[in-house]
Amino acid sequence: MLSGRKTSLSALASCAMLVAMTAFSAPAPSLAMSAATPQTVTDTRQKSASTADHSKFKELDKPFRTGPEVTEACLICHTEAAKQVQHTKHWTWESVDPKTGQKRGKKNIINNYCTSTVSNEKDCMACHAGYGWKDSSFDFTIEKNVDCLVCHDTTATYRKLPGDAGHPVYERREFPPKSGKFVDPADLKKVAQSIGKPSRSNCGSCHFFGAGANGAKHGDLDSSLQHPGKYLDVHMDEKGLNFACTTCHATSSHQVSGSRYNMAAAAKGPAHIRGNPDSSPAACQSCHGNKPHPQQMAKLNQHTAKIACQTCHIPEYARNDIGTELSWDWSKATRMGEDGKPFVRKDSAGRRAFDSKKGAWVWDSYVIPEYRWFNGVSTYKVIGDKIDPSKTVQINEVGGSPDDPDSRIWPTKVHRGKQPYDTVNNTLTVQHTGGEDDTALWHNYDWQKAIGAGMKAANLPYSGKFDFVSTELTWPITHMVAPKEDALSCAQCHSKDGRLKDIRGVYMPSRDANNLLDRAGWALALLTLIGVLIHGGIRILTSKKEG
Amino acid sequence: MTTNKIYVFKRFERFWHWSQAMLIIFMLITGFEVHGSYPLFGFAKAVDLHTLSAWTLIGLWVFAIFWHFTTGEWKQYIPTTEKMIAMIRFYSVGIFKGAPHPFRPTTLKKHNPLQRLAYLGVLLLIGPLLWLSGWFYLFYADWQAWGVDNVLSLEWVALFHTAGAFMMLAFLIAHVYLTTTGHTPTSHIRAMLTGWEEVD
Repeated sequence: MLSGRKTSLSALASCAMLVAMTAFSAPAPSLAMSAATPQTVTDTRQKSASTADHSKFKELDKPFRTGPEVTEACLICHTEAAKQVQHTKHWTWESVDPKTGQKRGKKNIINNYCTSTVSNEKDCMACHAGYGWKDSSFDFTIEKNVDCLVCHDTTATYRKLPGDAGHPVYERREFPPKSGKFVDPADLKKVAQSIGKPSRSNCGSCHFFGAGANGAKHGDLDSSLQHPGKYLDVHMDEKGLNFACTTCHATSSHQVSGSRYNMAAAAKGPAHIRGNPDSSPAACQSCHGNKPHPQQMAKLNQHTAKIACQTCHIPEYARNDIGTELSWDWSKATRMGEDGKPFVRKDSAGRRAFDSKKGAWVWDSYVIPEYRWFNGVSTYKVIGDKIDPSKTVQINEVGGSPDDPDSRIWPTKVHRGKQPYDTVNNTLTVQHTGGEDDTALWHNYDWQKAIGAGMKAANLPYSGKFDFVSTELTWPITHMVAPKEDALSCAQCHSKDGRLKDIRGVYMPSRDANNLLDRAGWALALLTLIGVLIHGGIRILTSKKEG
Repeated sequence: MTTNKIYVFKRFERFWHWSQAMLIIFMLITGFEVHGSYPLFGFAKAVDLHTLSAWTLIGLWVFAIFWHFTTGEWKQYIPTTEKMIAMIRFYSVGIFKGAPHPFRPTTLKKHNPLQRLAYLGVLLLIGPLLWLSGWFYLFYADWQAWGVDNVLSLEWVALFHTAGAFMMLAFLIAHVYLTTTGHTPTSHIRAMLTGWEEVD
């Protein structure tokens, strides 16, 4: 079931969220395989807690041909479910910044990986919790197009592939193309009758594989979290607390809490009592409070005024051989091999390193985060935003400063890249990448056509001239929380060349000192010493004389 | 020259002196490590030991302050100009010629005028500088609750604390040396150990 190296990454015509819909079927690099064993039935504990056995419902006791047919059956009883989902980001792919009003979300932003979903919906929407979003004409009000199963399937047979605009596999198909591997359609009746609460595998089927490869996007989310040990994640540890994603990302009316778009960077106060609505339940503090260390470690509690829990407790991210992608250079895309044909290359760990369709990548494992002041507010580059090509373009700008009481020092993943922009209009371009048509970059290897088609779909002017600009994306790291024994030690920051050596606006003993005072102080001590030595020396000399 | 002995330092006073001396030396060692001057215990251990010593010293001071006020011994630190010039002359000239010590300690006046001044400086300047800044350092997280977070910065608190530490270090060096300037080189130290001071 696991696809090996042959699962050529080039075949993964992926936009940011474009992946196979069950985690273990995704094109994970070979090393990842050992970390993630397939599981067929997820979390029976949650399933058995249900008061309803869906296999006994007559509404579900019939063959289903398509996803929307299943949804119609679900909605017979769950009358409000689709309406609820339609209010979530999982459906709209849009998020409005409550402070600035900026419309973000996958529908609007340009990211640093597959860049934009616009004009690539058929592929990208393999990760949309819906059916049929193939272009801008998608009707967001049709309830039967909500995909219940992708989050609630417990059989791990339900798969959505790129190219189907969010529909699951209905007919046996070779995937990736020419790989010799085939994906069978799921028995939708069986899937519908076995639904349960979302498990790590459900969430992970998209969130582990964003940017088209296992672990590529987040670095703190990959398939190793399906069956993690304590070392990888102290909360998800399968033999220990065994948290599901939704244990922290507590969900109400299908609204999943704890979005990166609106983060609580500095949750305050003690642990929440049940029902407290005032802060994100996904924050560490909602369970631990902001003084989580025992009294004999009171000094650590004082650090919560400036430092996010994650800074010490996630000492490294991508703590496995799967690793994460640190850069994506689109400017190398369309380069052909010596034979003039497109080619792919992997790095020594079996991870994608080059693909003529997509460019060049750099990966790493056990990555030390870069640290930033962060107040939870990020400003994103949305489609059409002007850029200054003379500088590295910040795909998102992390808000926060040392003087801001809502800012903390956070660990971040900084993903660097190069992507095309319109050299006359100074906008990042939207390019049509996925698809089998003449303008698709991954089909025709022609940037001009791909950008032309993408910009047209995005209703943006395109001058016809493009070049590549350096870009940077900065994401807070918050998963893969290590056991306390593995948390950072004091001296890893409290030293001259420590982790936080570039963080300004905070005085850190051992890192900082006033040079003038130090010189004056040691001079005072030295002069005193010299003074008493001379005084004593003369006393000894004169007493000998007298003696 | 006959040698007399007088009882200068009472038992609690001697206990206070030596435990305070050890704590201060230990806090200088750990403190300068926290400051980043050298590695010794490791940062985390140094912070723990420094904090533990600080609390111990605070506890000791509570007793010492009580003792000083109940016994009236605090009067020993009232500055005086009496014999001040004589003392300066002794340290700068007389001591090299074997001149007699101009100050003769008694139970009521155990410190010479320069000692009084120096110890008063430690008590009123270096001490408060260290423990005030140290207190704010220790309770950094409570600044907001105390309403001082806009007035203080950790950088300045650390600066004053470090400045106090350097002054204390200089005092310590001079103080240790000056213990050898008694009737014999060890008579002051012996007095602080036994309570009995040899005098001329």
